[in-house]
Amino acid sequence: MSLLDVQGLSIRTEDGRELVADLSFSLDAGERVGLIGESGSGKSLTTLAVMGLLPPGMTASGSIVLDAPGLPRTEVLGARERRLLELRGRAATVVFQEPLTALDPLMRVGQQVAEPLRRVKRLRGAALRQAVRDALAQVLPDPDRIARAFPHEISGGQRQRVAIAMALACDPALLIADEPTTALDVTVQEEILELLSTQVAERGMALLFVSHDLAVVSAVTERVLVLRHGQLVEEGGVEQIVHSPTHAYTRELVGSARQLESALERTAKR
Amino acid sequence: MSTTPLAGPAPSDEAVGTALLEACEVGFAYRGAGSPVLHDISLSLLPGRSLALVGESGTGKTTLLRLLLGLTAPTSGRILFEGEPLALGDRTRMRAFRRSVQAVFQDPYSSLDPRARVRAIVSEPLRSLGLAPAGRAGTRDPRVAAALESVGLPAEAADRYPHEFSGGQRQRIAIARAVVCDPRVLLADEPVSALDVTTRVRIVDLLAELKEQQGLTIAMVSHDLSVVAALCEQTAVLEHGRIVEQGDTGDVLSAPTHPYTRRLVASVPRLPAPRPAS
Ligand SMILES: Nc1ncnc2c1ncn2[C@@H]1O[C@H](COP(=O)(O)OP(=O)(O)OP(=O)(O)O)[C@@H](O)[C@H]1O
Ligand SMILES: Nc1ncnc2c1ncn2[C@@H]1O[C@H](COP(=O)(O)OP(=O)(O)OP(=O)(O)O)[C@@H](O)[C@H]1O
Ligand SMILES: [Mg+2]
Ligand SMILES: [Mg+2]
Repeated sequence: MSLLDVQGLSIRTEDGRELVADLSFSLDAGERVGLIGESGSGKSLTTLAVMGLLPPGMTASGSIVLDAPGLPRTEVLGARERRLLELRGRAATVVFQEPLTALDPLMRVGQQVAEPLRRVKRLRGAALRQAVRDALAQVLPDPDRIARAFPHEISGGQRQRVAIAMALACDPALLIADEPTTALDVTVQEEILELLSTQVAERGMALLFVSHDLAVVSAVTERVLVLRHGQLVEEGGVEQIVHSPTHAYTRELVGSARQLESALERTAKR
Repeated sequence: MSTTPLAGPAPSDEAVGTALLEACEVGFAYRGAGSPVLHDISLSLLPGRSLALVGESGTGKTTLLRLLLGLTAPTSGRILFEGEPLALGDRTRMRAFRRSVQAVFQDPYSSLDPRARVRAIVSEPLRSLGLAPAGRAGTRDPRVAAALESVGLPAEAADRYPHEFSGGQRQRIAIARAVVCDPRVLLADEPVSALDVTTRVRIVDLLAELKEQQGLTIAMVSHDLSVVAALCEQTAVLEHGRIVEQGDTGDVLSAPTHPYTRRLVASVPRLPAPRPAS
C-alpha cells in the first residue's frame, strides 16, 4: 500500500489555465523520490496540492490519497480543513521553497520551532525547551542565539535550516522538501543533505525532494520524476535518469548539468 | 561604457584608484548583538569587472552587500563610491549613487511588493529615478517588456501579481527590475539560486552580455561555483566575517590556499560519474 498515491492530478487557475496536467505517481513508506524540472514546471504546486494548501482560486482534480500508519486514510482533494490539519505535521510536512513565507516575522525562531513540537509531540516545559534546542543544534552551530532571534535577524541559509529543523521535528511519515538547500553554501549543503538522508533512513520517513539540481537529487533520492510544463515526462531510477535518460528534455537537463560541471572542472583544474 | 567618467584603459588589478565601489577596512556589528559580524573587509569593484563573494552560510555576505548598497553604515571603516565616502545623509549624492547601483536581494518574494503588478514592480526604478514619465504612462514603458523578455518571462507576466509566479520566476522578476534602468553596478545576492540549469545559463548569459556591452560592474554572492567561474573574474572568500582569500577566480578555484576554500571546492555536489565507454 502506498503512503502517497497521486492519480490524474490536474491543477487549474481560476481563468482555466492548466498548470499541472494529469500527473500520476506514488511513494511507498520510507521511499526517497526526487521531483525535478525547469522553473515554472509545476513542482511547488504539486507539493502544495499534496498538503491541501493550493492557493485560493486554484482547483485540483484527480486524486491524492495519503495513507500514513496510525492515521485515517485520506483523500486530500476535497477533504475538510479539520481533517487536513490533523494530517499536516504527522502524515506529511513540507519545507517550503521560500522559508521567509513560512516563518512568522513577529515571533522568535525558538517559539516557532516549539509550535509543532507542542502540537504534534505534545511536549511542554523543560522537555519542550530541550527539544527545541536539539532540533536547532542538528542544523546550526549556535542554536541558542538563533532561537532568540526573529526571522529577519538571521541569514537566508540560517532561515532555511530553521525550516528544515521544524519539519524534521514533526517526525512525519512523509517529508516534502521544496528546494531546501538553495540558500546554503556547498559545505553546509553537504552536511544538511547528509543529515536529511540519515534522519529519513533512521526514522523510516518517505522523502519527496524537489530540486533543480540533479547532482543534489541524485545524492539523496533513489527515484526521480521529471516534470515539464506541468506534465510528467519521465520517471526512473537515479542511475537510469543520469546515465540513460530517454526523453529529449531529460537528456537536455542532464547535458546542461554536465556542461556546467565540466566548466567548473576546467576552471578548478586549470 | 564611454558615458562613464571612469572609462579608460582596461582596468588592471593594480589600478587601485579606478575602483567604482570600494570597502576599506570595514567592520560591522548588529545593534544589540554581541560580537561583530564583519571584520576588516577590504575589497574593490573595478569598472566592467565582476566580483564573486562566496562563503559559509551566516558568514556575513548579505550584510556586506547591504553596506555596499548604503542601506546600513559600517561600524568601522568606509565604503567609497567613485573614491568618495558614501554619505548616507546627503540626498543629492545618494540619488546619484542610487541611479548607478541596483540590487537583487536574496529573498525574492519579500523584496517584491505583493500588492503591485509586475509591470509596476519592474518599472519602479525607472519612475523613482526619474527615467520615465511619472504616473500610469510610465508603466507602459517598452523597457519593462524588454527586461522581462531578457530573463525569459513572457510580456503578459507584467499584468500579474508576484504570488502568481513560481520561486524561480519571482527571482527573475527581481533581476528584471534591477537591470531595467541600465545600472552601472549590480549587487546581486544569490540571484540564480532558485533557477534550474537551463534558466541559470540564460541569466548568466544575460549578465555577461550586459557586462560586455554596457560595462556593467557586478558583485555577486553565489554558492554556485560554476556560475562564479563563468561570470566573475575575481573571487573573495569569506569565513567567519573575514576575507580569507581573494584573487582571480581561476587561481582561487584551481589552487585554493585557505582550508575553507579547499573544502568549498571539494564539496560541490557532482553527478554520478558517467559510465566508462558509453
Ligand atoms: N497563484 C498562482 N496563480 C497563477 N499561476 C500560478 C500561481 N502559482 C503558480 N502559478 C504558475 O504555475 C506554474 C507552476 O508554478 P510552480 O510554483 O509549481 O513552479 P515550480 O516548478 O515550483 O518552479 P520553480 O522552480 O521556479 O520554483 C508557473 O508557471 C507559475 O507561474
Ligand atoms: N538584523 C540582524 N540582527 C542581528 N544579527 C543578524 C541580523 N541579520 C543577520 N544577522 C547575523 O549576522 C550573520 C551574518 O548574516 P548574513 O545574512 O550577512 O549572512 P550570509 O553570509 O548572507 O548568510 P547566508 O548565506 O545564509 O545568506 C549571521 O550569523 C546572522 O545570524
Ligand atoms: Mg517552486
Ligand atoms: Mg545571505
